[in-house]
Amino acid sequence: MSNPSNLKYTASHEWVKTEADGTITVGITQHAQELLGDMVFVEAPTAGRKLKAKEECAVVESVKAAADVYAPVSGEVIAANADLDSSPENINSDPYGAWIFKMKPDNAADVAALLDAAGYQAAVDSEAH
Amino acid sequence: MTTLKVTPLNAAHRAMGAKMVDFGGWDMPVNYGSQIDEHHQVRNDCGMFDVCHMRVVDAKGEGVRAFLRYLLANNADKITLPGKALYSAMLRPNGGVIDDLIIYFMTEQWFRIVVNAGTADKDIAWMKEQAQTHAPNLTITSRDDLAMVAIQGPNARAKVWQVLPTTQAATEGLQNFQAADCGEYFVARTGYTGEDGFEVMLPKEKVEAFWYALNKAGVAPIGLGARDTLRLEAGMNLYGQDMDETVGPLESGLAWTVDLKSERDFIGKAALLANPPSSKLVGLLLLDRGVLRGHQKVHTAQGVGEITSGSFSPTLEKSIALARVPKDVQIGDSVQVAVRDKMLAAKVVKYPFARNGKGLID
Repeated sequence: MSNPSNLKYTASHEWVKTEADGTITVGITQHAQELLGDMVFVEAPTAGRKLKAKEECAVVESVKAAADVYAPVSGEVIAANADLDSSPENINSDPYGAWIFKMKPDNAADVAALLDAAGYQAAVDSEAH
Repeated sequence: MTTLKVTPLNAAHRAMGAKMVDFGGWDMPVNYGSQIDEHHQVRNDCGMFDVCHMRVVDAKGEGVRAFLRYLLANNADKITLPGKALYSAMLRPNGGVIDDLIIYFMTEQWFRIVVNAGTADKDIAWMKEQAQTHAPNLTITSRDDLAMVAIQGPNARAKVWQVLPTTQAATEGLQNFQAADCGEYFVARTGYTGEDGFEVMLPKEKVEAFWYALNKAGVAPIGLGARDTLRLEAGMNLYGQDMDETVGPLESGLAWTVDLKSERDFIGKAALLANPPSSKLVGLLLLDRGVLRGHQKVHTAQGVGEITSGSFSPTLEKSIALARVPKDVQIGDSVQVAVRDKMLAAKVVKYPFARNGKGLID
């Protein structure tokens, strides 16, 4: 599965989709879910929480390990994906559909400055060496 | 970078799509896809595990039983039926656990011992050192020429007989925890999953063909990820996690394997008698949402303990753990586990959590 070219990415393996209203939707990448394996628990941030870029704000736990999810940019959480409470495995089956939380970014420019698909792939490749 | 050790099945794992990890210096398969699916596969049907990294040791010579009676915390005299196996801890004089192992009584001149991979070298060194003093005529041989595959699950034995029909007559009547020496194949009704099945020891050069033949017969390969959740559900200790040289067997849920009542002396006995345990190993069931992990602190009415092994139980669909807690903590007690910045509610439960295809916790 390749990384969709319409998304932005972080080196810490989050994907970011910019919606028509300027809010962003955040999940973890195919590469991240593959590293973690079978997902069994997701703890997402609550709406209204203010986040700084790179702040730990969610936790995804597989059978194997727990991993932090980081805020891709500064802003305010506006929603969490309640479906993941009962079906965390959706992250494995559909990583780019199973979003974890939505944010209203403080600055649209911060989102534009994130990695594109090729830049993210380069970051993953360099991690492997 | 150090080079990882490989088993004779390394190429087969890669060909079967395994995700490989560094497991104590060995390049081993953690899963071949979904470790939860692999877990259910073993509980409901059968699967096979590469356990070639574990070490087979043969102790041979006159007086081998007497030597093991002194070397091990469990009593070798308990096994008199040929092929019968016994689980035991091997202790330092101070009572610390050097390793946990299985011994098979074959003849009064031959016991076979299977030890953990990470401890094999120190185990053999310790055995030889003790033998030098107490049984200089024994030979203790590391069987580096042997490979081992575990086939586990309700259908495991039938699949092994399908692949190795010549072993069926000798192994059909095996009790649980009993082995038969079938020439090139040493077949033991033992395992580390809480399911029925065999562990088969065979010449290294034959193991790859055996692995593929089992696969062709419908036995799925299972990685170390599922091996860990299966053994945790079955309430079986993992050396290095649930016990090590800093704790004794009585603090590690192994009192049932330590014979302190008979007159028999064994290495570590005096220390165990002199130091009654202040803690014990219990099972935990997480009541809140989340996942218990090793080293999380467990807050009880009697003091603070620590999780030694924690994970998600695919059978119970809840998180479970083994934890070392103050000795007066009781089954049914409510405890709190520190998970990141939260305190989560858990209940002390009797383990095993699941065996023979079924959950055992309400």
